[in-house]
This record gives sequence, structure tokens and C-alpha cells, in this order.
Amino acid sequence: MPALNEAATIGRVIREIRDVDSGFEILVVDDGSNDETGAIAEAAGARLLRLPFNLGIGGAVQTGYRYALANGFDIAVQIDGDGQHDPSQLRLILEPLLAGDADVVIGSRFAGVGSYRAPRGRRLGMHVFAAVVSMIVRQPLTDTSSSFRALNRRSLSLFAADYPHGFLETVEATVLAGKYRLRLKEVPVTMRERELGRSSLTIPLSLFYTAKVLLAVFVSLFRRPALHLEEEP
Amino acid sequence: MIPFRVSVVAAIAAALFLLVIFELIRSRRLQERYALLWLVTGSVILLLSVWRDALRLVAEQIGIAYPPSALFVLGFLFILVVLLHYSTVISELSERNVLLAQDIALVEERLRMHERGTGIDRAEGA
Repeated sequence: MPALNEAATIGRVIREIRDVDSGFEILVVDDGSNDETGAIAEAAGARLLRLPFNLGIGGAVQTGYRYALANGFDIAVQIDGDGQHDPSQLRLILEPLLAGDADVVIGSRFAGVGSYRAPRGRRLGMHVFAAVVSMIVRQPLTDTSSSFRALNRRSLSLFAADYPHGFLETVEATVLAGKYRLRLKEVPVTMRERELGRSSLTIPLSLFYTAKVLLAVFVSLFRRPALHLEEEP
Repeated sequence: MIPFRVSVVAAIAAALFLLVIFELIRSRRLQERYALLWLVTGSVILLLSVWRDALRLVAEQIGIAYPPSALFVLGFLFILVVLLHYSTVISELSERNVLLAQDIALVEERLRMHERGTGIDRAEGA
């Protein structure tokens, strides 16, 4: 769980995850918060990684994956600390992994269930990403910018070694997963309203970020792979 | 032909520039990998100011009618290449910076858990 100044919500999110299954090992990666995020997370019983300064979401997420890989975890879930993602849906997102049907499971906000409503500019961007990425990975995806996702050991070892650091890095990460021929699967999830802090993206800014992410995706297509994944046994 | 006085001033400036580079290398403030680049640059400037016909010959070869323009073109290209090079250096440095920050966070957590004696058993995992 990457977290930046999430003190208001993180404690409750951690307790909610505990309530779903006390067996989950919860890791909070504090990305240089200047509030009590880290202390609250630890008090709530989570393991805590403290980055010495802000790396940005991609760098924080990758830290968590590196931790999971180094500590021998077989499955890792990325979930937001702001309460947007509903921990009761962890089972949904874990199911395909446990069944061995996928390497990366993405919790999709647009796959039918729930009525997630983003401002129009952002929603348009998300649909554009989904359309472009679907073409690249040759598989229909509805939501590639969702940060509610689960990885198995195979995808974990990829993302621990090579993870994009840009804005909306999940889009690029999905392309990366496709490039390494990992099996992607979407699971419909519902999204809760953001409790605190509204996104302040205006429409021109949304367009700018959309273009930026698309450019990053385009460039990542030509990148030389950073590592070679072993073939599935 | 370039006025003699200009050539003298340019030669002195180039020599001073080379001197500064030598001093930077000597005092270890300039790494070897950059030292060569700047030594070559200083030498080229010195050469152009001492060999007064060189610029005209170069300009004629490229097809530039006004020799000083050739100087600007070459200088501009050189600066562009150096800037591009710095971009790659910065990319590499920031990449390593991220890795180091992550390593510190991972090691710091292990240390904290070790001191409390509650770390995950690494052999067993989860």
C-alpha cells in the first residue's frame, strides 16, 4: 500500500483489510509523507517501509514489490491507502491468481459492476488508455489505470526489477506486463468515493496528462527489456 | 583574414581555458570521463585561434560562405551534444537514486524489525 500523506484514512483501511482476513500481511510504503501516515500505519499493525524522500507513486509501489519478492511472498496486492478501494473485494481480485489463471489481476472500475464516476475529462482519458493498451496487449481491457491489482510471483519478479516511474504508471505497467507476455485478467470491482481530497485536475490538464502517458506508453514499446523472465515451466 | 590582435586574444583565452581544465583535473574536481571531452574542446579552440586559416578551410569544406558562421554552427552542435550527454548522465543518476532510496527503506525496515526481534523469517517467507 503506497501512501503519501494519508494519515486521515490509512488506519481505517488497514483495519478493514484485517477484518477481511487477519492472515494478510499488510505493508505500507510511506513515500516521504510529512504527516503521521507511517506512525499510524505501524500502530494499526502494518509493516512499514519508510522512503527517505518522495519517489513518486511508481517508485513507492516498486519498493513494495521488491519487499514482497525479497521476503518470499507468492502473491502481492497493490491497494490505495485513501479508502477508494474496498478491501472486501480482495477475494475477487485474488481468485484468478489462486486458480492460476493469470499473472496480473486488475480490478476494473468499468467492467460492469458499480457506478464509478470520475470527472468527464479524466474518464475520457481512462477510456483512451484502455483502448490503446487493449490494442497493444491484444486483449480487451476496460480499465488500465486502476491501481487495485494483484500479482503472482512471476509478475512480481518483473515489476520488482522493472517498474515505470511516470505519472499514472499503472497504464505503462500494464503494457510492460503485456510485453513480457504475462497473462492479464480484469475483474470488475466497485470503487468507493474518495473520502478526503478531491482530485483537482482540470480538463486541459487532463488532456496534457493523457498525452504524456500515451507518449510514455509509446516509448516503452521500443525500450529494450531490462530483464528476461524465465519461461513458464 | 582574421585580425592578428583577435587571434592573439583568442589564443590567450584558449590557453587559460585549458589551464583551468588542467587544474580541475589535478584537484580531482573533474572526473576522467569528462576530462577528455574538455581537453579536446580546449585544444580545438586553441588550434582555431593559432592556425588562422583553419576556420576558413573548414567553412569552405562545409560550403559556408561566411567563416564565423561555421564557428557558430560547430559551437551550437557541440553544446547540443554535451547537453544530450548530460541528460543521459542525469537519467542514470536518478535511476540509481531511486534504487538507493528503496534499498535504504528496505534495509531500515529490516534493522527496525531486527532490533525488535519481530522480523519475518526470511527462510520461511509467507
